[in-house]
Amino acid sequence: MGHDGEDSLATSEGGEELANDRSKATSPPRDGEDESTIRVLKEEGAETSSKVESSTISQARFQSLETEQEYRPPLPPRPTNVNLLREGSYSPKSSLQRSRKTSRPQLLSTATTALSRTDIHTQSYQDGSRETFDASAQTTPPSKATAAFGSIKRIKDLSGSEGGDSASVKSYAPSLETGGDVESLLGEVLGASQESPAWRLHSTQNGALNPFDSVAYEDDEATVDFYREFDEIGAVAADGENEEQLLNQWKSKRKHFLILSSAGKPIYNRHGDDNLISGYIGIIQTIISFYEGAHDQLKGFTAAGARFVVMSQGPLYLVAISKLGENDLQLRVQLEALYMQILSTLTLPNLTHMFSNRPSTDLRRPLQGTEPLLSALADTFTRGSPPTLLSALECLKVRKTHRQVINDTLLRTRCETLLYGLIVASGRLVSVVRPRKHSLHPSDLQLIFNMLFEARGVKAGGGENWIPLCLPGFNKNGYLYMYVSFVSAYESGGEEGREGQNETGKPDDIAILLISANKESFYDLRKMRDSLVEELEANGSMAIIKSAVRRGRPTATDIVPGTVLRHFLYKSRANVQFTMPSYEPSFTTLLAKRRLLSLYHALHASVHAKNAHLKVHHCISRESISLAWVTPLFELYCVAGPHASRNALAQSANKVIQWVRREEERVFIIGGAVF
Amino acid sequence: MADTAAAPPKPSSSVKLVLLGEAAVGKSSLVLRFVNNDFQENKEPTIGAAFLTQKSHLPHRTIKFEIWDTAGQERFASLAPMYYRNAQSALVVYDLTKPTSLVKAKHWVAELQRQASPGIVIALVGNKLDLTNEDATVSREANSGEGADAVGGEVAEEGGDARKISTKEGREYAEEEGLLFFETSAKTGVSVQEVFTAIANAIPETQMKGAKGPGATGAGTGQTALGSERVNLNQRAEGAKEGCAC
Repeated sequence: MGHDGEDSLATSEGGEELANDRSKATSPPRDGEDESTIRVLKEEGAETSSKVESSTISQARFQSLETEQEYRPPLPPRPTNVNLLREGSYSPKSSLQRSRKTSRPQLLSTATTALSRTDIHTQSYQDGSRETFDASAQTTPPSKATAAFGSIKRIKDLSGSEGGDSASVKSYAPSLETGGDVESLLGEVLGASQESPAWRLHSTQNGALNPFDSVAYEDDEATVDFYREFDEIGAVAADGENEEQLLNQWKSKRKHFLILSSAGKPIYNRHGDDNLISGYIGIIQTIISFYEGAHDQLKGFTAAGARFVVMSQGPLYLVAISKLGENDLQLRVQLEALYMQILSTLTLPNLTHMFSNRPSTDLRRPLQGTEPLLSALADTFTRGSPPTLLSALECLKVRKTHRQVINDTLLRTRCETLLYGLIVASGRLVSVVRPRKHSLHPSDLQLIFNMLFEARGVKAGGGENWIPLCLPGFNKNGYLYMYVSFVSAYESGGEEGREGQNETGKPDDIAILLISANKESFYDLRKMRDSLVEELEANGSMAIIKSAVRRGRPTATDIVPGTVLRHFLYKSRANVQFTMPSYEPSFTTLLAKRRLLSLYHALHASVHAKNAHLKVHHCISRESISLAWVTPLFELYCVAGPHASRNALAQSANKVIQWVRREEERVFIIGGAVF
Repeated sequence: MADTAAAPPKPSSSVKLVLLGEAAVGKSSLVLRFVNNDFQENKEPTIGAAFLTQKSHLPHRTIKFEIWDTAGQERFASLAPMYYRNAQSALVVYDLTKPTSLVKAKHWVAELQRQASPGIVIALVGNKLDLTNEDATVSREANSGEGADAVGGEVAEEGGDARKISTKEGREYAEEEGLLFFETSAKTGVSVQEVFTAIANAIPETQMKGAKGPGATGAGTGQTALGSERVNLNQRAEGAKEGCAC
C-alpha cells in the first residue's frame, strides 16, 4: 500500500500544530474576546476535570491486584459502530463550539469523518498486520478520495475556529490515523509545523545513529541543559544582588511544582527559595482566587510555552508548570501524587482540622522533613516515570513457581498483626501478602517506593525503620505503621551491579516491608522479618530474587530477537501492572530517557484523549516511529528507530504481545498471597 | 542471664537507648558515627524512627546497644513514649548553634524524668562542635568536666564562631538535672564514642541483667528469639506499671 516512511510525519506534527494553536489562541486574549477566551479555558477545564474524576474512579476499581473477578475495565460506553463514528467526530468540538456552530456543519463533518475513520483502519494496517487490527475495520472502505476529503474538511473546521483549541488532541487523534492517504494534504492545511517545546524536546537530527542520544542536539535549546534541571538554586544573597541571576536560573527550569494554601501561604515549591519566588506565588494565588471568586474554577492555562495546571484540593492549591509537553490529565495525575504524599504525612482529618481551625495555617511546619519526599516525587515526574504515566506497578520477573514459594513463605511466617507484607526489589514488586478483604492501591505503593528507593532518607540511616504513614488509597483517615529493612542484593564485593545501577539509579537493594495497623507491633514484625529472611535464604528464594535483581530487565532484543523495537511499555489493565525492557542500550542518558518518556506521554495522551476511541495510534517522526495500541486487556506503547518500517514495528508489537502472554505469570503478579 | 554465667570471655548484655531532640540537631549522624564510623553531609531527615544495634566493648563486659533513633519533627512527638518506654538510657541532643534546640532538649529531659522508667540514664549532648571555633583538645577537656575549660569555651565563643550555647550553660543544666553531659561533633567524630561508653558505664550491671530489652536477640538467630520474648513480655508489663505509678 506504500504509505510508510515520513508521510505520517505531517500528521503527528500536525497535532502539535493544533496544540500550538491553542496556546496562541488562549494566552494573549484578543480585543473584545477576553471573555470568550476565559470561557474556553473554563470549559476545557471542566472537561478535564471530569476526565480526572472518571480516571480516579477507574483507579479505584483497579485496586485489586488479583482482579480477574472484580475488575471490569472502565471503558467508555461503547456505541455501535456507526454511532461511535458519529460521536467521535463531533463531540470534541461540541463542548466548545456549541454556541458557534449550527447543526448543519456538524452533520456534515459527522458523515464524512465516519467514512474516513473506517477507511483508515483497514487501509493503514492492511499491510502485514491485518489480522491484528482489522477488528476495528469491518465495514467496506469507501473510496480513498472521500476519506481524505472528509478529514481535511474537519481539520479545516478546527483550525479555522478558535474553539478548536481544546479539541486539538481529541480531534487530531482520529485524523492521525488517516496516515498514508492524506498526509500531504494535511501538510498543506496545517502548514509548516511550528514546533512546540514538547515536540522540540524529542526532535533530533536526521540520520544520527541513535537519535535519542544527546549528542545530536546542539540545535536544540530546550533540552541541552536538561542535565541542569535538577541543580539546586542557591539562596538569595542578603543584598539581593544575585536575585536576577537566580530568577533566570529559576525560569530556565522546565518543570515546577508549587503547593500553596488557599490563603496564599507557600507550602512547597520544587525550585528556588521562598524569598526568590514569593512574587510569583502571589501572582498565582491571585489568578486562582480571581476565578474562585467568580465560582469558576481555574483548571489550567498556557503561557509562554508552559502549561499551567491547577488543582484545588480542599484547602490546598497544587500547581504544575511544565514545558515538557505533558497534557493536563497527565499533569493532574502528578499533582494528585503530590497531594497523596501530603495526606500520607498528615492524614485527611488532620489536614482539614488544621485549616478549619486556622485558615492561615502554615503547613510547612507540620510537613517539616517531608520536602525530600515531595522533591523526589517531583523529580521522578520531571525525569519521566512509566509507573506514574500508566498508573501501574512494575514487578520483578520471577518464575511462577518461585514466586509461589516466596508467597507461601510470606504466608507461613506471617504474624498476627500483619496487614500487608511486601518484598520489593529495586522499585519492583516481588511478592505481596494481604488480607482477603483489602487490596493495595498502586498510588499508595508509588508513595512507598518513592520513599524507599528515590528519597534517600530511609535507606541512608541504615538499620531497620519503623515509619508511621497514611496510605490514602487504603484509608486516608488514619496511620499505618511500616517496618522496613533492606537486604543487599550484593553481599560480598558485588559482581557486576552495573546494569541495574545505571539503569534505575537506585540501589539494588531488596526491601522487606511489613505494614501493620498496630503501632506497637515493631518487635513482632521484626521477628517475622527475621524468620522470613531465614526461610527465604533456606529455600533458595533469596538467591533467586538477588539474581533476578542483578540480571536487571531484559533488553528489547532479548525479548524479541532481531526486533526493530528500541523500547516498549506493556500495561496489563486487569492486573494494573506493567512491564518494560531495559533502557539499555538506546536510552541510557537522562536526556534520552526523557525524550523517550515524552514520546510515551504523547502516545498516551492521544489514545486516552476523551472521545478519541482510538485503538491504534501510529506516529512517525524524524527520530522514531512509534505505536500505541489499546485494547480492553492491555495498553502497549512501542518505539522503534526512524528507519524501521511500519510492518516491522507492527510485527514486533505482535511479538511483544505473544511474549507477554507466554510470560504473563512471570512478569506480573497474578493473585498474590491472600490470607 | 545465661549470658553472664556461660560466656567465657566477657559477659554481655543489651541496653536499650533512645535518641531524642529537635529536628536536624544531628541525632542520626551521631548514631551513624557510632555504628558505622561514617558521616553524611546533608543527610535527609529521618522518617518515623530507625532501629540500630551496635556492640560496645568495655573492659569487663560487652554491651549491645539497641538504639532507637527517632525523628525530631513535631508530628512524631506523640510516638516518642513508645520508644523511651523501657529504655535504660536516653541521649537528648541539641545543636550548639541553635538556642531553641536546647529549649526543646529540656522539654525532653523533663518528659523522660516524668514518664520513662525511673533510673533511666540520660545524657545531654550538644552536637555540631565542628561549627564552633574550639579545636578538639579544648572540647575534650571541656567534656572531662573541669570548670576552667568551660570558661575557655566561652572565650572561644566570644571569638565570633557559630556557637550560641556556651559549654557552661549546657553543663550547669546537666548538673542540675543529674545528666551526663557532652559536646560532640558527629562530623569529626569528637567525643562520640565517649558518650556511648559513658552511658554503658553509668548503667548498673544489675539493671542490665533484668533489662534484656525487647528484641534483644538482634537480627538473625530465631531460636533465642523465643527465649527472649518471654523476658520481653514481663519487661513490657513492668514498664507500663511504672509508667502509671508516676
